[in-house]
Amino acid sequence: MNRTVLDLWVGFFVAIGLAALLFLSMKVGNLSSSHLSESYVLKAKFDNIGGLKVRGPVKSAGVVVGRIAEIQFDTTTYEAVVSMTIDGRYRFPKDTFASINTAGLLGEQYIGFDAGGDEKMLAAGDTIAKTQSAIVLEKLISQFLFSKAADGQDKK
Amino acid sequence: MANPVSVIRKLGHVAVERIWRLGFASRFFWAVLMHSGSSFKRLPLTLREIYFSGVLSLLIIMVSGLFVGLVLGLQGYEILQRFGSTEALGTLVALSLTRELGPVLAAIFFASRAGSSVTAEIGLMKATEQLKAMDMMAVNPIARVVAPRFWGGVISMPLLAAIFSAMGVLGGWLIGVVVIGVDDGSYWSQMQASVDFRYDVWNGVVKSFVFGIAVSLIAVFEGYDSVPTAEGVSRAITRTVVTSVLTVLALDFVLTSFMFRGA
Repeated sequence: MNRTVLDLWVGFFVAIGLAALLFLSMKVGNLSSSHLSESYVLKAKFDNIGGLKVRGPVKSAGVVVGRIAEIQFDTTTYEAVVSMTIDGRYRFPKDTFASINTAGLLGEQYIGFDAGGDEKMLAAGDTIAKTQSAIVLEKLISQFLFSKAADGQDKK
Repeated sequence: MANPVSVIRKLGHVAVERIWRLGFASRFFWAVLMHSGSSFKRLPLTLREIYFSGVLSLLIIMVSGLFVGLVLGLQGYEILQRFGSTEALGTLVALSLTRELGPVLAAIFFASRAGSSVTAEIGLMKATEQLKAMDMMAVNPIARVVAPRFWGGVISMPLLAAIFSAMGVLGGWLIGVVVIGVDDGSYWSQMQASVDFRYDVWNGVVKSFVFGIAVSLIAVFEGYDSVPTAEGVSRAITRTVVTSVLTVLALDFVLTSFMFRGA
């Protein structure tokens, strides 16, 4: 086979292959959005993280602003310490409120930020002071049942 | 006839033969790696092999990728519909393709399309004593014949797997969005929200690279080690396909258990 034709076909093949990789990373994956920009780390302590997973999203006003990087257990306070990498484009005030929410009834759990009104901003490595733990469905149901039972006894 | 001693002896013979062959294959792999410098110095040889094993496999890879995507779209929609979460179709299609189906199916197609022809070529060269003739002319057949074919396969395989996955995602889009009518925006955005570049796409590329090494090595080794007769070559081709497929599936299990062990 002619060398130039061969080169043309191999070049064509490699170009298609690289284009497919680019398509997978940009259009299918999320390389374009979160990994290219700089990020910083924030920490938050929770009494109970429920089913929170590493790599889960951190959202503020419904927008994904970061990912959960690491979950550890603090043996001095017996609390869960969650480290989050936050997109460098977004800054949050000192009194930001971090809560663990669930997307839908059975959906994945994520950390939601509610920005406060403080003038000072959280710096890299800071710990968020105000947090709310995950709502455990069993506790909620048992509370509801006990209060119902108490109501029933009052009426007698 | 069924003398217990001879049965055990036979078992031992088979085991020793297998281990000997495995050792020969490892030494062969080492020799290929040692002689692969020349296949990059004389690039046209490797380019020619990329053409034969990569470019000529494009059609089967693209068509089968498209159809796998179409089927995933149909079946995925049918199942997700029961849970009322058809928006997750993009996630389902993309994750199953980039993590598993893309690398594995592309490797299996690659083994049967390109691996078998490499084995046939080298086996016939051996049967017609071309390899010996090269040795007589002080041309190392491993450097001249085997290494370029090996590297051609190793380079082609990740590209083919990426093309397979991309075609599959497009196929899923075609059936899900265009034909059935899942929302276009949620198909792509749900996909992007849950497919991570390093965790999903890159691990798939690593997998296909490993499969490329395994399939190419098996193909060139079976050809080089074939019995130099018409029957021997045809057996070697069968062995290439069977061994490649089994190796790819076993390696896939091992790689998956290392890569995706959950959070």
